[in-house]
Amino acid sequence: MSDTLLSIRGLTKAYPGVVANDDVSFDIQKGEIHALLGENGAGKSTLVKMIYGLVAPDKGDMSFDGAGHAPSKPSEARQAGVAMVFQHFSLFDALNVAENVALGMENPPAPRDLAKRIREVSELYGLPLDPARMVGTLSAGERQRVEIIRCLLQDPRLLIMDEPTSVLTPQEVEILFETLRKLKAEGTSILYISHKLEEIRALCDHATILRHGKNVGTCIPAESTAREMAEMMVGSSFATPAAHDRELGDVLLDVTGLSLPQQGDFGTPLRDISFQLRAGEVLGLGGVAGNGQDELLMALSGEYLTEAGSVALKGADVSRHGPSARRNAGLLSAPEERLGHAAAPDMSLTENGVLTAAERQNLTSNGLINWGKAQGFAETVIKTFDVRTPGPHVAARALSGGNLQKYVVGREILQDPEVLVINQPTWGVDAAAAASIRQALLDLAAKGAAIVVISQDLDELMEISDRFGALNEGRLSAPRPVAELDMEQIGLMMGGAHGMEVAHVEH
Amino acid sequence: MIRLEKRPQPSQAWTTFSPLLAVFLTMVVGGLLFGMLGASPFEAIRTIFWDPLFHPNFAAYSRPQLLVKAGPLILIAIGLSIGFKAGIWNIGAEGQYIMGAICGAGAGLAFYPSESPLIFPLMLLAGLAGGWAWAMIPAVLKTRLGTNEILVSLMLVYVAETILASAASGFLRNPEGMGFPGSRNFKEWGAAHNGELIANTGMHWGVVAAFIAVIAAYVFLSRHIQGFNVRLTGEAPRAARFAGVNPTRVVLFCLGLSGALAGAAGMFEATGPAGQISIDFNAGYGFTAIIVAFLGRLNPIGILLAGLLMALTYIGGELAQLMLSLPGAAIQLFQGMLLFFLLATDVFTNYRIRLSRKEAA
Amino acid sequence: MDLSSINPVLLVASIMVSATPILLAAMGEMVVEKSGVLNLGVEGMMITGAVVGFAVAVNTTSPMLGFVAAAIAGAALSLAFGFLTQFLLSNQVATGLGLTLAGLGLSALIGKPYEGMKSPTLPKLDIPVLGDLPVLGKMVFSHDIMVYFSLALVVAVWAFLKHTRAGLILRAVGESHDSAHALGYKVVRVRLIAILFGGACSGLGGAYLSLVRVPQWTEGMTAGAGWIALAIVVFASWRAGRVLIGAYLFGGVTVLQLNLQAAGANVPVALLSASPYLITILVLVVISARGNHGAPAALGRPFHASH
Repeated sequence: MSDTLLSIRGLTKAYPGVVANDDVSFDIQKGEIHALLGENGAGKSTLVKMIYGLVAPDKGDMSFDGAGHAPSKPSEARQAGVAMVFQHFSLFDALNVAENVALGMENPPAPRDLAKRIREVSELYGLPLDPARMVGTLSAGERQRVEIIRCLLQDPRLLIMDEPTSVLTPQEVEILFETLRKLKAEGTSILYISHKLEEIRALCDHATILRHGKNVGTCIPAESTAREMAEMMVGSSFATPAAHDRELGDVLLDVTGLSLPQQGDFGTPLRDISFQLRAGEVLGLGGVAGNGQDELLMALSGEYLTEAGSVALKGADVSRHGPSARRNAGLLSAPEERLGHAAAPDMSLTENGVLTAAERQNLTSNGLINWGKAQGFAETVIKTFDVRTPGPHVAARALSGGNLQKYVVGREILQDPEVLVINQPTWGVDAAAAASIRQALLDLAAKGAAIVVISQDLDELMEISDRFGALNEGRLSAPRPVAELDMEQIGLMMGGAHGMEVAHVEH
Repeated sequence: MIRLEKRPQPSQAWTTFSPLLAVFLTMVVGGLLFGMLGASPFEAIRTIFWDPLFHPNFAAYSRPQLLVKAGPLILIAIGLSIGFKAGIWNIGAEGQYIMGAICGAGAGLAFYPSESPLIFPLMLLAGLAGGWAWAMIPAVLKTRLGTNEILVSLMLVYVAETILASAASGFLRNPEGMGFPGSRNFKEWGAAHNGELIANTGMHWGVVAAFIAVIAAYVFLSRHIQGFNVRLTGEAPRAARFAGVNPTRVVLFCLGLSGALAGAAGMFEATGPAGQISIDFNAGYGFTAIIVAFLGRLNPIGILLAGLLMALTYIGGELAQLMLSLPGAAIQLFQGMLLFFLLATDVFTNYRIRLSRKEAA
Repeated sequence: MDLSSINPVLLVASIMVSATPILLAAMGEMVVEKSGVLNLGVEGMMITGAVVGFAVAVNTTSPMLGFVAAAIAGAALSLAFGFLTQFLLSNQVATGLGLTLAGLGLSALIGKPYEGMKSPTLPKLDIPVLGDLPVLGKMVFSHDIMVYFSLALVVAVWAFLKHTRAGLILRAVGESHDSAHALGYKVVRVRLIAILFGGACSGLGGAYLSLVRVPQWTEGMTAGAGWIALAIVVFASWRAGRVLIGAYLFGGVTVLQLNLQAAGANVPVALLSASPYLITILVLVVISARGNHGAPAALGRPFHASH
């Protein structure tokens, strides 16, 4: 089997309470792009961490190009020829590109040579980068380039990519695919992790599908339909949200020329954002991460105050009002970061209910909290939104991502918002829960609420929005009806390819 | 290999049990320490923890001292704990205590020798205000400019100490004191004296205030929405802003409250047990209260118990100095160790210890 | 007031001496903070270093052995902090405070028998040629070896952080422990080494106080020097060169106010004695008004590798 680069046999890894990988076996051939497909929590990350030496398997073994492969730390895996592009957490904002690259290499050359090599490789693969730039100032797409170049400089034989396209515009995705195909042509194998089926069909030679930690099948993506792969991945079919056909009412939220200076060292300033939102309408805001999504949510929720006259709710100016006042006026919000922003990790679900619902649900009298009533509210949220938890006394951090997300969204929806602003409603949530959250948002809109959905999942936005706009470097493109848009136009709205037009991949 | 595994939620049992374990460990290690210093470990531990309360000869004297010492510790620690819960680190309570004492004493002495019943309330107000104002310096600097409150409040302790020195030997010096440093003695001035309320109990107005503070803090933290906001600010600052909590107000409130309580404690001490403003009037209560706050798990009831325990070590330490000629500093170390062990055992509240085979094969 | 009694040559020379303890401690703490750990126990480690250094120097009559012992004592104390914060994941602020309180108690206990004693002190170096230069010779080239050691330390730390791979890894750990962990770096190990280095430096700084600057042991003799060292790190925006400037500035203020007191200046003594602390506050205010740039992003955040 000289064509097999990495062979995985019976890998098993259990964490307390969950078996992350259960007897997983598959092979990756030399010079192929192999997809690892699965929902969030299916065990993809654990599997690649074992290949990369970050986690040791409980059982099973691997062989790499015929030799045993059991790295006890990433540097051993790197020496064997395995390189990995992470989804999160492997860059250092306050260090420059060259330093970041050097940290990911075993024996980095002297700084000057390294800078030269970074330029060479980035030219060769069409990924332009300045080695002296501070990483914190780069866009999400550029940050990913740093990671890719860091890997390429080591001449890897196997390149692992963990959800690489979630931070890219459609045009950037195309350029990335070109780079990957070029690598493949040079004989590098790629393990490509994703849950986006169309991408895998376009790019990958083989796919291994994980569900609940088990290998549930392999297929040749080009010969399978997205539907078939989806069913293997999810294990059952689920309802897609009902089509919407709503009457639009009065303008509830009117944002005019909203600007916000940069917050912190690496924040994104908001520049002259304007849009109107009517009762019963869902406005989807797309864009690559880090283009002002957090800032926009916080400017609308009242955590950042903006110039007078920039945010009007039902005709009244609320731009100088804080979160409590806006909530009382009917403007509610749900931030992206569940633990630490939308909810306090160590506090119970009851306490986390009080966090935003104290006033609208009359949970206090004379400043004293009625804990009985607060618990009742938390129980209602848990029941209505099918939050899987032993009870409202449980700390927020004990819930899985999807369950906490249901709680956080439910907490806001059950307060009957007139305007709801929500960032990344289904991030990290399994397909069934995501579908139920989307349905809940559509139901809310049908009752006459106006909703702003900020998301990086374009499919989601296309599915539930009436109009679509994109954030790019803190600017918002003029929202347009979804029905009029195609992928190319969306890509252009999202800001083109972030300078990638200049790049040319040499074939 | 031993591994820590995060608990899904904090363990209630360990929250209660870890201070007890810490006290036990401190006794063991402290006993060994005393052994090294030439005293019998068991005798030393008994002298510190048992004799002050039950020794046939000394208990009569030392029992009242328990409340005298615990009063200021609890009062200051309650204020500090509310700030610590919000993640606001006022470690300059010693300075606020001094300033409260100077302001309280100064306000009273301005009316010497009036016997008006308003004198003492006036002095209390001035004490509260003095401590509050001293704490407002780091508070305002933090909210306006983002200056680190830990360093500023601590630096102000040293500044307060120089002011105390010049008060004792200068502007508050007893004009009839024949040139010795130190203010007039409040024990000889009825209107300003914070005497024992019930004979031989050590109970004075400062102790009463400490008990009231415990109850008020308990209700505030567990029931009041502002108390909830304080906790939320400490647990998750971004979530607090999202909830609508104004962080500036929380900082001003927490530092102001802890400063005022420390100031009051200083005033009660100067007019009561200490009796006068003198150069070495401060006894480190402001720092020990930090230990009390942590030992009490930042919980008002816990602080009440921790304050009493810490007071016991003070008295027991003096006793051990007297009877076993253990150095006084040993008790200071003993208290520091207690905090260390508490922080160490705290790990069990949030983590489980697991024995597992080595991660890397 | 008689300002003519202040000799500028001696003034500069004594500024260097009075800045050295703070410089040593601040350099150590800067490295600790660069690795993402906030150790508020500097004061406690300094004073422990002061007493241990003094005791060992008295008993062995060797000040150099005193310094070595002080460094070990400081490092040992910091190890307790490191164990608690890195393995038991205790709150760094509380643990640092605890370290200071425990250090103050420990030092008082150890130091009791040594109060009022005299210790051997470090000899002034006799540097040929340079030491004979007019004015400059006496001002900067006739100090003891620790003064030059502290200056060399500044250069060494600077070069380490800027030009070595280990320095890069240390900075990376302080910026994002999650990223560093994902790349396979041993976050806890790096931090422990930094903490030990910081403890040793604080110990040296304390010993310099008790063996050279004063030279005597008195309880609580550091009088906030450790806290000032912490403030200097903030003032310096976590840069070695600026730590040097900061430490010498504070040395200057301290010496100047002592000289003014001695010269009978027409300023209240209380104000003069409080001036180093007041100026620390002032500097912190000025720095924070400008914005606390350069703080390591992971400073004070606990790290626990979950998977």
